[in-house]
Amino acid sequence: MAKSEAVKVVGAWSSPFAMRPLIALKIKSVEYECLEEEIGCKSKFLLKSNPIHKKIPVLIHGDKLVCESLIIVEYIDEVWSSAPSILPSDPYDRAIAKFWAAFVDDKFYPSMKESNTGVGEEAKKAGLEKMVDGLALLEDAYVKCSKGKPFFGGNQLGYLDIALGCFLGWLRVTEKSLQTKLLDEAKTPGLVNWAESFCAHPAVKDVMPQTDQLIEVSKTVAKLRAASAPPK
Amino acid sequence: MAEELVLLDFWPSMFGIRVRIALAEKGLKYEYREEDLTNKSPLLLQMNPVHKKIPVLVHNGKPVCESAIIVEYIDEVWHDKSPLLPSDPYQRSQARFWVDFIDKKLYDTGRRTWSTTGEEQEKAKKEFIEILKLLEEQLGDKPFFGGESLGNVDVSLIGFSCWFYSYETLGNFSIGAECPKIIGWVERCSNKESVSKTLPDSKKVFGFVQELRKKFGLE
Repeated sequence: MAKSEAVKVVGAWSSPFAMRPLIALKIKSVEYECLEEEIGCKSKFLLKSNPIHKKIPVLIHGDKLVCESLIIVEYIDEVWSSAPSILPSDPYDRAIAKFWAAFVDDKFYPSMKESNTGVGEEAKKAGLEKMVDGLALLEDAYVKCSKGKPFFGGNQLGYLDIALGCFLGWLRVTEKSLQTKLLDEAKTPGLVNWAESFCAHPAVKDVMPQTDQLIEVSKTVAKLRAASAPPK
Repeated sequence: MAEELVLLDFWPSMFGIRVRIALAEKGLKYEYREEDLTNKSPLLLQMNPVHKKIPVLVHNGKPVCESAIIVEYIDEVWHDKSPLLPSDPYQRSQARFWVDFIDKKLYDTGRRTWSTTGEEQEKAKKEFIEILKLLEEQLGDKPFFGGESLGNVDVSLIGFSCWFYSYETLGNFSIGAECPKIIGWVERCSNKESVSKTLPDSKKVFGFVQELRKKFGLE
């Protein structure tokens, strides 16, 4: 396995999904080059690299292309298989980590999107309620998975930490724009501590964008959306 | 230690079917429990409180949910027989990508071929064929997506084949005319005991879809 082949990540600094492979590569101390995509404009290179979904991130390892952020994270863990491991070693623990990562992508992220960009106050409110419910479930999962240690993965950052943690920047944007507290000591004390540990981790702190920078991006995206075709 | 396996499932579910085939490929004995999705059992609600959906595999009392995750779990625990995923990390990433693609695209599009009418239905039929054509490209000249034997992509996709008759009849189109390679692949899979003993009869699935359509006021 040619681990030493050049690694590139097609991504964007503001994208939570694109952050996932970067964190995984940093955990493994693998050097990589970032190929930055512009917001609202997909390069020909991206469309060629991911013709099926036309989305970031794409991992380019030598002549191999891997798409879908969580699949990329697992690929990184399997290629650079020496410690630290990203996925748990026990098959049942792996299934649980994947279950919650799928929950983050299939339920939590869409609710966050709805709360920010839903059309009308009712839609935004509905999205926010789903986010609150989702965080309650994730708090419970955190307590069970971490078993008193700082991360979902235990003492080290793991797959589920990466899957959820990449959304912390946009979660803070949501808190600011809707003037509400989502991670809070009363309702989600575990996740409050976890978020701090996650953001301070050496594999994360250089790739986690500042909240103010993300707020600017959300304004740009809103302008682009308003300028394009009307919503269905 | 004797392994206890219970599968909470619903007979026409293409997601449940993939778990049944994976278990059959590994030669595993399990208890099959049919769920009434209009009246979900306390066990299902207890084992999958987050989604309340089938399939759920309960292994020695511990639940595993989400069909693609269950298939990988089965492959990892019973790794010495009939491997469903390749051993090379890049090949594994590609296999996972195509299962994810099937899950993101095929179910919803397939559903729309029988639950919509007019322009929407025509659009769904077109999209459905496009998805199958992409899968045909992936298959290439191999007998199975997994190469010489069934892999996780084969196991994940074949459950849709017993729904083809329903899609074709209600959508008034022929999958075989547009995607002959896929039909050839279905026939090869059906020669495998794990598939032939698991797949429900297409006409029985059609009867079930007709009931659903009546319920939704589409008949």
